[in-house]
Amino acid sequence: MTTPAPPDLLYSETEDDLRAAVRSLLTDHGGPTAALAEAERARPHDPGLWRSLATGMGTAGLLVPERLGGQGATAREAAVVLEELGRSVAAVPYLTSAVLAVRTLLGCDTARPEVAGPLAALADGGRVGALAVPLPTAPGGAPPVTVRGGAGLSGEITSVAGAAGADVLLVPADSGLYAVDTTAPGVAVTPVTPLDLTRPLARVTLTGATAILLAEPARARDAVADALLTGAGLLASEQLGLAEWCLAETVRYTGGRHQFGRPVGSFQAVKHRLAALWLDVVSARATARNAADALATGSPDTAVAVAVAQAHCGEVAVRAAQECVQLHGGIGMTWEHPAHLYLKRAKSDQIALGTPGRHREALARLVNLPGPVG
Amino acid sequence: MDADALRRRVADLLAAHDPATTDRLDFLRARFDAGLAWIHFPEGLGGLGAPRALQQVVDQALEAAGAPDNAPRRIGIGLGMAAPTLLRHGTDAQRRRFLRPLWTGEEVWCQLFSEPGAGSDLAALATRATRDGDGDGKGAGWIVDGQKVWTSQAHLARWGILLARTDPDLPKHRGITYFVCDMTDPGVDVRPLRQITGEAEFNEVFLTGVRIPDTHRLGEVGEGWQVARTTLMNERVAIGGARVPRESGMIRLVADTWRRRPELRTHDLHQRLLRLWVDAEAARLTAERLGRRLALGHPGPEGSGMKLAFARLNQEISGLEVELLAEDGLGYDDWTLTRPELVDFTGRDAGYRYLRAKGNSIEGGTSEVLLNIIAERVLGLPPEPRTDKDAAWKDLPR
Ligand SMILES: Cc1cc2nc3c(=O)[nH]c(=O)nc-3n(C[C@H](O)[C@H](O)[C@H](O)COP(=O)(O)OP(=O)(O)OC[C@H]3O[C@@H](n4cnc5c(N)ncnc54)[C@H](O)[C@@H]3O)c2cc1C
Repeated sequence: MTTPAPPDLLYSETEDDLRAAVRSLLTDHGGPTAALAEAERARPHDPGLWRSLATGMGTAGLLVPERLGGQGATAREAAVVLEELGRSVAAVPYLTSAVLAVRTLLGCDTARPEVAGPLAALADGGRVGALAVPLPTAPGGAPPVTVRGGAGLSGEITSVAGAAGADVLLVPADSGLYAVDTTAPGVAVTPVTPLDLTRPLARVTLTGATAILLAEPARARDAVADALLTGAGLLASEQLGLAEWCLAETVRYTGGRHQFGRPVGSFQAVKHRLAALWLDVVSARATARNAADALATGSPDTAVAVAVAQAHCGEVAVRAAQECVQLHGGIGMTWEHPAHLYLKRAKSDQIALGTPGRHREALARLVNLPGPVG
Repeated sequence: MDADALRRRVADLLAAHDPATTDRLDFLRARFDAGLAWIHFPEGLGGLGAPRALQQVVDQALEAAGAPDNAPRRIGIGLGMAAPTLLRHGTDAQRRRFLRPLWTGEEVWCQLFSEPGAGSDLAALATRATRDGDGDGKGAGWIVDGQKVWTSQAHLARWGILLARTDPDLPKHRGITYFVCDMTDPGVDVRPLRQITGEAEFNEVFLTGVRIPDTHRLGEVGEGWQVARTTLMNERVAIGGARVPRESGMIRLVADTWRRRPELRTHDLHQRLLRLWVDAEAARLTAERLGRRLALGHPGPEGSGMKLAFARLNQEISGLEVELLAEDGLGYDDWTLTRPELVDFTGRDAGYRYLRAKGNSIEGGTSEVLLNIIAERVLGLPPEPRTDKDAAWKDLPR
């Protein structure tokens, strides 16, 4: 087993600046309180916040080269944005549009106007895209193709994240990858009530929908595989941010809440749990940074780095959110307190883009630790 | 001092002392004198005041040239704890006397801190140091009486870092003084203490009328606790700085067995192995992050977590290994009482690893105590109520 060139696991100054800017935008916008209010509105995402974040700050185009209308940054910067979005459980289609849809388009022939056009529109945040695959799809295992080409596209795809609220869907079909306008005839996007109130899910039904071919089947498969790998790797950063908020908020709360004449946080049974959670968060940061750095540098280690980050961070985020609810006591069970938003996001993030178990199975192949035969 | 300048210094050292023909100790002494022992130490004390991160440049170049290393006498207590404490709190004379033979391994150090009645609550220690002589004449010094316990490598040690009580009327943290104890003094009696593994790596140490000159005091009288904090902090951070390859240490041994012996595989073990593999990789990456931050001069709080993480990992992995080996796991390699120089996790069988790893969550601060430290100092959670802080040590219940 060889170790690849040492990754850069720290944050650069540019990344720190980007974080500060995104955090201040999200704080001004109201943080988790605003996310809670937003979750009660019947709209897929908060358009004002999305405009400021995506277009105003240019974060939608971080992964897109400048010549294609983006910011020419890397997965490392996008990861920092996702950390902050996880910390605030903001309802914006960053992961689904700026990461998954953008990466899918980048995997197609960007010299063609059919690809370059939508890519530039997603990169400046003017339009929102979504990759039409079920959210639980893990990288490596391509989703079963349920859409057929021909005179228009027909078929159904379930649990598509970010489809509600998207302008354009990138649809993998038997005859290649297609772009479908959500307002076109034959396209029905039916919202599903999601466990995670801050990331809309929908069922996409196509009945002879007009579509533009973006890539032939082989290239389409690679483009989708790469997008899923990037999405899974960067999702770890969202999970990290989420876990960090849960830890910080629980430390703050238990430090101030008094029972039995003492701050609850001075009891060792509570302290030890939070200290253990801190260690989880610290190690989640190392694995998430490793995945982001591998994606940014195109490291040959990327598949392992992503699988490790996903196997680890998914569970850390869920544990953090569960501890957050538990150690807040009764308040943690209320609708008014935002803790539930984090638990719901954490649990559905754990399933998104491959469960930890699936990523461990992938690792078994990648690092040659095969299971028993039979 | 950059990497190229260091490589030139290494080349000069090798030119003047060809490792093929130079005696091992002579070479190590020359390396120390060239400032290439621990480059972040000051000039004249084995270093060059250079960034710690560049040490690996030196180590790699010397290894490539086949130069001798200071292993196996790389005993953690001297290098990891005594040395940084001497550097920070020692006098010039002490640093010049002690550091070179410490680094070359000619003189082994041990840590005379724990006592039967003072482990986690180290500041409760009872070993007494009383003034000997008039206090300003030539022979001024101290007489030490007490008992230490679990003292690793005391049987090999030339020197011990020692905490003793010099004023029982003060609260427990304030009446302690820090000394360097000469382990060859006739009042020092080292007795092997057999361990769970069968070997005796640690000892009981009885101190009876041990004479310590005042020149072997580290720091001011009564300020031993502050000095000890340097030692303890380094004890816990000593890990972490090193870059280790993926799948090294205990996880490698299990993974190798797994690959070599498909007949041992079960679905349950597979799930657990993969989880531990991921945990080991996460811990490795966390240590890598810590190492980078240390190199840049931002120590970061990750250090206090690493020991905790490694203790847990070592215990879980070694437990899995014994189980994986099934029939072979029922055997043990050797119960005879031995006196090992080092803790060698890889040189013995799985049963040994399983038993020895139990000490990882006790030695150098228990996991419970480390969790308290993280909760209070890193997370800022309120301290436990304490009743013993301001009372005189002599009035504390024991
Ligand atoms: C292999 C090995 C090598 C060692 N080498 C050395 C050495 O070279 N030099 C040396 O000086 N010492 C050495 N030690 C001693 C070691 O530092 C102590 O064993 C350790 O600090 C714990 O102290 P104790 O054994 O007295 O346990 P105790 O302090 O009596 O603890 C008993 C139990 O109570 C728990 N506990 C104690 N206080 C608290 C608290 N405040 N909150 C929650 N739980 C608590 C502990 O975690 C532990 O589980 C060594 C120990 C081992 C196992």
